[in-house]
Amino acid sequence: MKRASIIMIVGSLCLLGLFAFPLWNIMLGAPQYPDPLGMNIHITGIQGVSEFDLQNIDGLNHYIGMKTIPKADEMWEFNVFPIVIIAMVILGLLLGGLGFIGKIDHRYFLGWFVLMSVLGIMGMYDFNLWLTDYGSNLDPHAIIKVINEDGTPMTYKPPLFGYKKLLNFDVSSMPATGAWLMFIGMTLTLVAFFIGWKSKQSSSSDTNHKPATP
Amino acid sequence: MKKYSIYLSAILGSLLTLSGCGNQDGKTTSNGALASNNAEKVYVAPGEQDEFYAFMSGGYSGNLTVYGLPSGRMFKEIPVFSQFPTSGYGYSEETKPMLNTSFGFIPADDAHHPDISQTDGELDGRWIFINGNNTPRIARISLSTFETEEIIEIPNSAGNHSSSFITENTEYVVAGTRFSVPIPQRDMPIKEYKGNFKGSLSFISVDPEDGRMDLKFQVLMPGFNYDLSHPGRGKSHGWFFFTTYNTEEANSLLEVNASQNDKDFIAAINWKKIEEYIANGGGTTMPTNYAHNVYDETTHTATSTMKKEVLTIDPTKVPGAVYFLPTPKSPHGVDVDPTGEYIIGNGKLSADLTIHSFDKMIAAIENKKFDGEAYGIPILKFEDVLAGTVKSGGLGPLHTEFDGEGNAYTTFFISSEVVMWKLGTWEVIDRKPTFYSVGHLMIPGGNSKKPFGKYVVAMNKITKDRYLPTGPELEHSAQLYDISGDKMELIYDFPTHGEPHYAAGIPASLLAPKSQKIYKLAENEHPFAVKNIPDAKVVRDGNTVHVYMAMIRSHFTPDNIEGIKVGDKVYFHITNHEQDFDVPHGFMMIGANTSGLLIMPGQTKTTLWEPKQEGVWPFYCTDFCSALHQEMQGYVRVSPANSNIDLSWSVGE
Repeated sequence: MKRASIIMIVGSLCLLGLFAFPLWNIMLGAPQYPDPLGMNIHITGIQGVSEFDLQNIDGLNHYIGMKTIPKADEMWEFNVFPIVIIAMVILGLLLGGLGFIGKIDHRYFLGWFVLMSVLGIMGMYDFNLWLTDYGSNLDPHAIIKVINEDGTPMTYKPPLFGYKKLLNFDVSSMPATGAWLMFIGMTLTLVAFFIGWKSKQSSSSDTNHKPATP
Repeated sequence: MKKYSIYLSAILGSLLTLSGCGNQDGKTTSNGALASNNAEKVYVAPGEQDEFYAFMSGGYSGNLTVYGLPSGRMFKEIPVFSQFPTSGYGYSEETKPMLNTSFGFIPADDAHHPDISQTDGELDGRWIFINGNNTPRIARISLSTFETEEIIEIPNSAGNHSSSFITENTEYVVAGTRFSVPIPQRDMPIKEYKGNFKGSLSFISVDPEDGRMDLKFQVLMPGFNYDLSHPGRGKSHGWFFFTTYNTEEANSLLEVNASQNDKDFIAAINWKKIEEYIANGGGTTMPTNYAHNVYDETTHTATSTMKKEVLTIDPTKVPGAVYFLPTPKSPHGVDVDPTGEYIIGNGKLSADLTIHSFDKMIAAIENKKFDGEAYGIPILKFEDVLAGTVKSGGLGPLHTEFDGEGNAYTTFFISSEVVMWKLGTWEVIDRKPTFYSVGHLMIPGGNSKKPFGKYVVAMNKITKDRYLPTGPELEHSAQLYDISGDKMELIYDFPTHGEPHYAAGIPASLLAPKSQKIYKLAENEHPFAVKNIPDAKVVRDGNTVHVYMAMIRSHFTPDNIEGIKVGDKVYFHITNHEQDFDVPHGFMMIGANTSGLLIMPGQTKTTLWEPKQEGVWPFYCTDFCSALHQEMQGYVRVSPANSNIDLSWSVGE
């Protein structure tokens, strides 16, 4: 159980990577942009991959009537997400510590994992809502209005995950270093749960089969 | 039908050559296969990049052109000494001061010898220098912006030809005069040239941080013609070598009268000795007048300052500083090999090359073995300093470059060829014709400690070429040779702009990664810049109107201006608000008596318009900037001089 608790602590500390590395990355390449434009979505705000990328993405998007990329203080998520992550790190450390001194068992680790997964799915859902709004809530006076074959106006929602062609742009959207660290951390907490479970099983079987001492 | 049969026979012919040569072993012998092999050597596939940059002097265009090697593709013309309407250089208010001289504004010059800055004798790719030959000047060009940043005029000089060569740590860029003149200039009979005219050799220091040039001293030499020069390197670092001709000191019909002496001189200058002499208070400060023009990248503006003094050195007063090395037949180029030992005199009226030894020169100086003197300057004995002679069989050697593997390559103007020979043994290894009448040649780094001996470019002097004819006036032509094998291989012909007098090449890997993409708007300190678009405005000051204008895809702010009057001087100060690579905007105003502007992202440029007629006059963006480029336009209403219409401006109203 001590080993499991240490893994639990390491796993929850991995979430701190989200403060150093982006959660998600969206790249936009086109014939005119052999060096693609890109945005890194951090839990604290959106940054350009290169210094002027956000400005240049906004400059292009104004043709099709998209809103400018929100600043950190324009979305509540960028205030709440860091708090949630810090809270989960603290909770993870607490559970790991309590596990280490034997106050709680491995099932709490699983509980943490489930809670984090639910929060993560909620975050993804929220992120997707924003992407949908960003890509489809267009200025009616946009310079370029493209109509789909079925007569509906074309929208420009970047993919949540994977690749999509939007007009002349090849858009790819992938988890970035921060998210990968988070996934590794969450996996570690799951591993911690299993190790805790195994060690409990073996220790209880050890107890059962211990030969009686004279 | 006739054409068809020609094609058919050509195809059949090429098939025959291909099948006949037996290409299986990869060694090609037939011409057809060789040509296709050579085509591969110069072919840079779409999307691929060249291995080297080549900076070719633009000769009488006054500019510098940038090429790729081996493709021979021209990338850019960098305006240096000449007005350049393409970008507005020399026309915009910011760049007019770059072309200021003690003679006033000069719109053109004759650009000659580019040389890239070095550290420890190797190319470092910070700056490239080039000389204006006609009105003596040296320019420094940034190799991150590829823009001219500084031009310094050289006083007491005329025909600034033995320039602009740099020492091995870019301590100095050196400029020598081709024509000797009265120093200081004065009204005197031309016939009194001999013994009275002087030739100045100028040493211009280069600040290692920002590259700023400063004319440190001028050596006032006898009145010969100082034709070309090169620095010592390695063990000969601290010396500079200049060829001379017209040691006869003729002042008329030089083609005969300056060709009488069997030998002229290579002047060896020990500039470190002169530095010591100056440090000890030597030299004479002389009043003079010359322009020093500096372009500031943050204000995007050049300023011109007139300098009033120069420190002159009488070489006879500095013991051990200057010696003459007798060199046959009016030597043109003087080139120093990568080790610094061999000093090659290219006697242009000769069949042979004379090679002097630096070690022998030092020994002769130490033993004081002199063969008389000229105007108090000791002449060394020819035999004492001679290392060897290349019996080339060619005629009219002009310039030599080195491949770093012990070989030298010399151009022969009269016999129109490049001759490859071995340093030390002086044997000729190979020779290949040029088309036609080669002058300079260039191996990337070929005049440094570390040449990149893969290609040699021969730059031809005679515009006659082998391309489709274009009337009486032609561009010049260059040949590219592959020198990676034992022999030279002619692999390509390509045209060059102006008349390239020398070129400088450098591996692309040293420059391409640091090529600047934009100017940062946040760092723009132009006094008339619009940093925030809503701050765009129009201000009247008497008859002068300043338009503070911004541009971004794809509109001007403001784009409607009223209240301008006939007779006004309207300055458009235009700031490009893009911060994206390769989104320049242009500006032209109908009836403006000047060039248009091409404004890079983050940059501010100014043009003057003096409206002469009432009306409503349009301006527009001249550089296709987006799908809505054709919409990027505006109007200025011009009212009579006595009109009382208020100044007003707007966009989107």
